[in-house]
Amino acid sequence: MSIHRLLARMVLAVCLALGATLANAQAQTNAPEALLKRLVEAGQAEKTDLLKALSETGDERARGWLEAVRDGKLAMIEDTGALVIVVNNRGRNWQIADALTGEDLGEMSRRDLQSLRVNNALRADIEGILSVIDLTVADPGQRLDAARNLLGEVNEALATQLQARLQVEDNGQVRDMLTNALAIYQVEQGDVEAVATLSGSLNPTVRAALNNAVNSDDPALAAAAEEALASIEQKLKLNRAAETLYFGLSLGSVLVLAAIGLAITFGVMGVINMAHGELIMLGAYTTWGMQQLFPGQPGLALILSIPAGFLVAALAGIAIERSVIQYLKGRPLETLLATFGISLILQQLVRTVISPLNRTVVTPEWMSGSIMVNEALSLTLNRLYVIGFALVVFAGLMLIMRKTRLGLEVRAVTQNRAMARSMGIKATKVDIMTFALGSGVAGLAGVPLSQITNVGPNLGQNYIIDSFMVVVFGGVGNLWGTLIAGLSLGTINQLLEPWAGAVLAKIMVLVLIILFIQKCPRGLFPQKGRAAEG
Amino acid sequence: MSIFEQLANRDQVFEFLTPAASPVDVRHGPILYMEDVSVSFDGFKAINSLNLTIDDGELRCIIGPNGAGKTTMMDIITGKTRPDTGSVWFGSRHNLLRMNEPDIATLGIGRKFQKPTVFEALTVFENLELAMAADKRILPTLTAIMTAEYRDRIDEILEMIGLQALRDKPAGILSHGQKQWLEIGMLLMQKPRLLLVDEPVAGMTEQEMERTAELLTSLAGKQSVVVVEHDMGFVRSIARKVTVLHQGSVLAEGTMDQVSNDPDVIKVYLGEEA
Amino acid sequence: MATSQTWLLRPFQERSTQLFLGVLFAAMVVVTFLHLFMPEDSALHVSAYTVTLLGKYLCYALLAVAVDLVWGYLGILSLGHGAFFALGGYAMGMYLMRQIGDRGVYGDPVLPDFMVFLNWQELPWYWQGFDMAWFAFIMVLLAPGLLALVFGFLAFRSRVTGVYLSIITQALTFALMLAFFRNEMGFGGNNGLTDFKDILGFDLRSDATRLGLFLATGIALAVGYVVCRAIVTSKLGRVSVACRDAEARTRFLGYRVERVQLFVFVVSAMLAGVAGALYVPQVGIINPSEFSPLFSIEIVVWVALGGRATLYGAVIGALLVNYAKTVFTGIMPDAWLFALGALFVLVTVFLPKGIAGLLQKRRQKDDDQPGAQEATA
Repeated sequence: MSIHRLLARMVLAVCLALGATLANAQAQTNAPEALLKRLVEAGQAEKTDLLKALSETGDERARGWLEAVRDGKLAMIEDTGALVIVVNNRGRNWQIADALTGEDLGEMSRRDLQSLRVNNALRADIEGILSVIDLTVADPGQRLDAARNLLGEVNEALATQLQARLQVEDNGQVRDMLTNALAIYQVEQGDVEAVATLSGSLNPTVRAALNNAVNSDDPALAAAAEEALASIEQKLKLNRAAETLYFGLSLGSVLVLAAIGLAITFGVMGVINMAHGELIMLGAYTTWGMQQLFPGQPGLALILSIPAGFLVAALAGIAIERSVIQYLKGRPLETLLATFGISLILQQLVRTVISPLNRTVVTPEWMSGSIMVNEALSLTLNRLYVIGFALVVFAGLMLIMRKTRLGLEVRAVTQNRAMARSMGIKATKVDIMTFALGSGVAGLAGVPLSQITNVGPNLGQNYIIDSFMVVVFGGVGNLWGTLIAGLSLGTINQLLEPWAGAVLAKIMVLVLIILFIQKCPRGLFPQKGRAAEG
Repeated sequence: MSIFEQLANRDQVFEFLTPAASPVDVRHGPILYMEDVSVSFDGFKAINSLNLTIDDGELRCIIGPNGAGKTTMMDIITGKTRPDTGSVWFGSRHNLLRMNEPDIATLGIGRKFQKPTVFEALTVFENLELAMAADKRILPTLTAIMTAEYRDRIDEILEMIGLQALRDKPAGILSHGQKQWLEIGMLLMQKPRLLLVDEPVAGMTEQEMERTAELLTSLAGKQSVVVVEHDMGFVRSIARKVTVLHQGSVLAEGTMDQVSNDPDVIKVYLGEEA
Repeated sequence: MATSQTWLLRPFQERSTQLFLGVLFAAMVVVTFLHLFMPEDSALHVSAYTVTLLGKYLCYALLAVAVDLVWGYLGILSLGHGAFFALGGYAMGMYLMRQIGDRGVYGDPVLPDFMVFLNWQELPWYWQGFDMAWFAFIMVLLAPGLLALVFGFLAFRSRVTGVYLSIITQALTFALMLAFFRNEMGFGGNNGLTDFKDILGFDLRSDATRLGLFLATGIALAVGYVVCRAIVTSKLGRVSVACRDAEARTRFLGYRVERVQLFVFVVSAMLAGVAGALYVPQVGIINPSEFSPLFSIEIVVWVALGGRATLYGAVIGALLVNYAKTVFTGIMPDAWLFALGALFVLVTVFLPKGIAGLLQKRRQKDDDQPGAQEATA
């Protein structure tokens, strides 16, 4: 049980106690316990009122009692007159619990128990009361759920209660839901004006009700319902588009994250690092490692992995730069081959040292779940975090390249190495720093990737071609290009997926890029300038 | 010559049917004619409504400060860069803006780069062999045979550029000046009507410069030569007509004496040296 | 310099080609002799298994020669030559599939087993004609050639070169791999094409057929080598080197660089296709893993190890690396990727001219490979 719920209970208990002392005389007869007692003795007609009164006490046990009554599980021990709830009514001996305290009372022969009898009318009443009880709880989320459950279930009695509830409800969403529930009832009754209320809702029950209304005998009602359905359909289309866009953006930001480090090492420095994917993999494995270090605290581990992933990958990047890339300056194709060799070694290292199998990385609680925008659109939280993280990383890199001394020196060295050196810039140091930065960002990318993909030795391979495509598509040496290319490729992929399937969509995107590069060899945002000599 | 080409030659109505290699028509005067040519890179106007005419057999020197658009002008003539506006004609028949680099080269425009560019992995002889005017399509190149006649022509040029001793050495081992000469030699192998020569004497000794000047002047008359050069002494030694470029357009044109006395020219360019 | 009048005969006048062909044919004769005439319990006996293994190596060698032609002489680092190899292999595989006839598991006289399994009713149009050997063998050349033609036409026309080209060739083979993994493509999906029975009427499992395939591969390698050699010693070969080292200069000399590139690229793709076609009957299977980017890039390292722009270096590299792979994966499979990775790094950093470069250093006088001097990419 969570701390929240415990606290809520304590507060509730204190309130109850307070309420009890304030109104003691009446409390004797209207106290839940007393009402419950009277219920057993009351006639069928009186029962509904008693149950209603019971629900209005605000006692949080009321729900359990009502359900027990509905299911015929409220009983009285014939000898003592004590009220119990039957937990299990199989066999001759029934398992029972005290109705007031919930204490387990063991088993008792069913002959010694007298069950409260209910008929169907009462059952229906109880259902209504139960819904209304849920409408009065403190948590607006629960109230919303209760109101949603009422859609299409409203009868005449409930309708009046809902009217009353509407007067006091202060949460807008819940109000809307209640209004819809009422409107469905009114439409069922043939009220044409109520249709207008429903035309904004995306709830499937509402659509079902409207679909029924379309077939109604009343031509005015049918026409109005048809119109409302059309406007709902329009909205649904928008929502589906928004959902595709969201998926596209989230896939796109994964691509951006994977590619942005490459945009620095390849785009800015001109170094082809085929081991880039393995640096991402190192970041993901760092996350896994951190979670092993902090068992039971996946959230903390994940946050600590951000700097750790950066550091691990950056150090690996420095090692690669110092050991191989510096000797291959100006020979891009050789660099490509050598770094590919490094990527093989890193993959095999992970396979040998850790495991050839995928590792499980735990998703912390605050990253799971989703945000419901409306009835037809809910956004999963982990994707939202990835999008946010990608944007933050991008902004950070942009700041580094534009506003810091390092960024200035990097741009100077890439534009004219000899000139930059003669102005006192240590080109070698800048190379190391830039490569470390690009590699570190690859490591950063691995951290959120560990949340949405399998962490295994092949993780890097799955992203390397995509990453290069994004950088080339966006225009080498242009961070903005990488951002836009990544996001648009992700979206295009998602747009194609519904009618082409995942694999075919990916193939089509690849072919698209291949064709595009042949049209614009320098990408979306080429660096222009006087045509270079030679 | 195919039937279509013969038909086209007999009947000049359909001008687009004339073969690309047809002789350059210079009956109406200039061999190169550039009118109102402009090109800009990212908003920077490298060439700004440039007008230039080169007569057949002329030797023209083009000077101008850095960034005046000399190299870009050559890029446009040789088809490497497409101008935003304007027209460029080779003789009165060939619209150069509709052709690509190999076509323009085959038509008879040879170009020497600012930075000497030779094929360093190939020998001096092979460099000249590739440059030689010949059928340069794929299959003829694949089956090409080195005849005695070709060999003589290459040796003739080798002698002219003074690289006989290095005939079978890879061009990569040549000195800077020798590479310049080799590149000029390659131009001559192409038998062009118009030579565009970008800074031919950079990195040459005084003597080499003299020989280059001699060579270029001897070419004039048979071929048209456009020389872009920074070295004023060299320009003075060969120039008959000089064009001064500034900020992408022609600032002055005339004899060396005329332009060096032009007040505008003195201000923007010669001022530093005079 | 070679002086033959006919370009195709020119290589035979070169000492290096004579030497290469001599060694190759001698090896083929020796293997045949040891296989046929040595008793099976003799230490010198070459088993049918080894013959097939050697045949596989020779396929790889031909593939490496094809890659060297474009990388060494044209400066185009193709990371997608595995695709051409695989296409040639699939063309051969389709022929072998049709040869099975009704001897498959499901006994369908026309449809291959996997199609029956997928409930296909009739042969897709692109499987038509593959029951005829001549058609299939033409497709072995045509399928990779056509892909190279279309891809090369688009790429070279827009002057995509260098690293960009390498990356998009890699994307090309990756896209093809994904496509061939799909069952809907009609090439057997994941499992590819396998369970072959016979080729041109010869039983694929018999030792004689295996020896025949080995010898055929040897001859194909010899022909491929001579063709490549003829191209690189022709004027076109020198133009290729010119394109590699100074593309713009070549263009200003009047050569259509993109056509030169396209021609050599297509020839190379076809050679790769032939290698793939000979590979498939010897290993008995072709599946989409041949399209994997890793395989394509591995080919490049064979060439790099052997030495670029020499052709015979590519052969040496392919044989060495694949022999090492067989040995390594036999005794310690985990170490193979370490070794391969290290090979990539060591060759590029310490041995940029490969083994051929070492050989050339030892015999500087022999100067008939001008192209090999300055292999810059």
